[in-house]
Amino acid sequence: MSNLTTLNKATQLAYLDNNATTQVDAKVLEQMLPYLSEFYGNPSSIHQFGEQVGKAIEHARQQVQALIGASYSSEVIFTSCATEASATAIMSAIEAFPNRKEIITSVIEHPATLELCQNLERKGYTVHWIKVDARGRLDMEAYKQALSSEVAVASFMWANNETGSLFPIRGMAELAKQHGILFHTDAVQVAGKLPIQVADSGIDLLSISGHKFHAPKGVGALYLRRGAKFRPLLRGGHQERGRRAGTENSSGIVGLGKAAELAMQSIEQDSARIKMMRDRLEMGLLARIPHCFVTGDPRHRVPNTSNIAFEFVEGESILLMLDQHGIAASSGSACTSGSLEPSHVMRAMDIPYTAAHGAIRFSLSRFTSEEMIDQVLAVLPGIVEKLRMLSPYWDTVSNQPAEQSFSPVYA
Amino acid sequence: MWNYSEKVKQHFFQPKNAKAVDHANAIGDVGSISCGDALRLSLKVNPDSDVIEDAGFQTFGCGSAIASSSALTEMIIGQTIDQVMRISNQDIVDFLDGLPPEKMHCSVMGMEALHAAVAQYRGEEVAEEHEEGELICKCFAIDDALIKRVVSQNNLETLDEVINYTKAGGACAACHEKIEWVLEECLGTPLADPIVTPASPSKANTIVGKIRLIEQALEQVRPQLQADGGDVQLSDVEDDMVFVSLTGACNGCGLSGATLAMIEQKISAVLGETITVYPTGAASLA
Repeated sequence: MSNLTTLNKATQLAYLDNNATTQVDAKVLEQMLPYLSEFYGNPSSIHQFGEQVGKAIEHARQQVQALIGASYSSEVIFTSCATEASATAIMSAIEAFPNRKEIITSVIEHPATLELCQNLERKGYTVHWIKVDARGRLDMEAYKQALSSEVAVASFMWANNETGSLFPIRGMAELAKQHGILFHTDAVQVAGKLPIQVADSGIDLLSISGHKFHAPKGVGALYLRRGAKFRPLLRGGHQERGRRAGTENSSGIVGLGKAAELAMQSIEQDSARIKMMRDRLEMGLLARIPHCFVTGDPRHRVPNTSNIAFEFVEGESILLMLDQHGIAASSGSACTSGSLEPSHVMRAMDIPYTAAHGAIRFSLSRFTSEEMIDQVLAVLPGIVEKLRMLSPYWDTVSNQPAEQSFSPVYA
Repeated sequence: MWNYSEKVKQHFFQPKNAKAVDHANAIGDVGSISCGDALRLSLKVNPDSDVIEDAGFQTFGCGSAIASSSALTEMIIGQTIDQVMRISNQDIVDFLDGLPPEKMHCSVMGMEALHAAVAQYRGEEVAEEHEEGELICKCFAIDDALIKRVVSQNNLETLDEVINYTKAGGACAACHEKIEWVLEECLGTPLADPIVTPASPSKANTIVGKIRLIEQALEQVRPQLQADGGDVQLSDVEDDMVFVSLTGACNGCGLSGATLAMIEQKISAVLGETITVYPTGAASLA
């Protein structure tokens, strides 16, 4: 904490890791605070203490309904996070259709989906892992081939957290529908960045996370299409119409609702500005630093994300040096940053190892400023150069890769 | 974010000896770009005195890899080859005031590079085939190919054995589930619940294996008997009957009944089945 404050005074902080988490909007916090103090009632209670809170939760439900374009507010189930929402969606589908023993998903999902499906595979389910090409685009032929009446659920992320690339979710949902397959999408990286319209889309289930769009951590939501078969993950209470037992996180839910309302306005007002800053950052880095490239599908991605792979340098070293300059970015998914393997997303796209370890993700928000972009453009070229000078894969004399001459006898 | 010591940060942000040494006469290359870290150590060794006069490193890797490389060069300059061969990876860790457990392999990499460089200086061959597999243990950079090889060569059956033989899973323990998956793949069957097999006595399938285990058990009790001037020899094994002869002071000792009971218990334990020990020779007449 003290470290952060000193940094703050010395230089301006450039927080460019908004796909990991975002700062809570002051307006969101303001709405929440009374529900942490005076409005402490249990929304299930019949007295006025409970009633006040219950009403606020229903209001938040309508705000989330509006953000995702659902037909009814009752289609929104509040959860503790998107991981819970995704787990609820997938486990519900396989419990609701016990005779269907297959699942379809992609190889670049968030661990919340990926590891759950791996676990189900070990328990006997057949998982169709749909691959992506070098740009992170889904193999649609393989997807169509996998569709059958044996499949309980198809689960795909709408936008990838590392590259921001989009899957053609609406079309995929329509295709799944023809086989009676429940379709779930992890929309965590899309909510608040692009408009969503779930009504009449073929999407049965959709997960979102509050803290990715300026609500606090610890609250998310699952959209459940009215009429879709459902089995709860958490039982033992009538909350959320028996679909998610457990006393509501009332202040978090109020915050999520307000953040959803603000996000709707922001998509219209800020998207163009965010996209311009992102593009300026990206083009500036590509022009200033040799041997780097954008990963993913630049023409089909959310407006706030840029993932650039710097060859012959390692991501953690870049992040540590950026951090010294008050710049926060990410190497791969924050969830796997304790790991040393290049991210599964980079590997799935066949990004060469020489570049995959040096992939850095910049993710912007409506609180990002032009000065923050300038700051990155000013310091990152020097950092990459310094690290390349240290690297045995770089020839300091010719300032070119020197990969051929370095061949370890053992590793 | 990693909790790096001040010393690690210092050696990362201001690395020492980050260079390729001119006219180096010993070079050690380890790691690979796919593993995420690689190190080239170049040394200039005085051929008369064996003293390392200069050392430089070039490292591709994370903060602790760069810091470990920098630390290593500081530790070895001015030392003789014999002295530096006594440096362990733990010495590098201590020099840096510790490394996070997940980053211990960075110090191992430093030591390996040093050994490779010294081997080159001495004109020795370092032959170790490099295998590429899925990285299982991130702390020690051990992949599934290596684990599979060691498991099959040594007939390993449990997680603990894999940890002891390969170091995989020996630090942060996060990969234990993955190691069990690799083990299951090798063994072709799901691992038994460890609680079901108490103390996991290794069952011998062949008579030779059985005799070997019995000899091991006898080896354990022998020092005790010898201390009292006696000894024990295995005479025969038939089904669940083990015939031994007590010799020396044990022969005719009033406590030989208790000795035999103790031997019976030991052998039953190593075999994982209840056997009965029968005395042969003079003791049988007692």
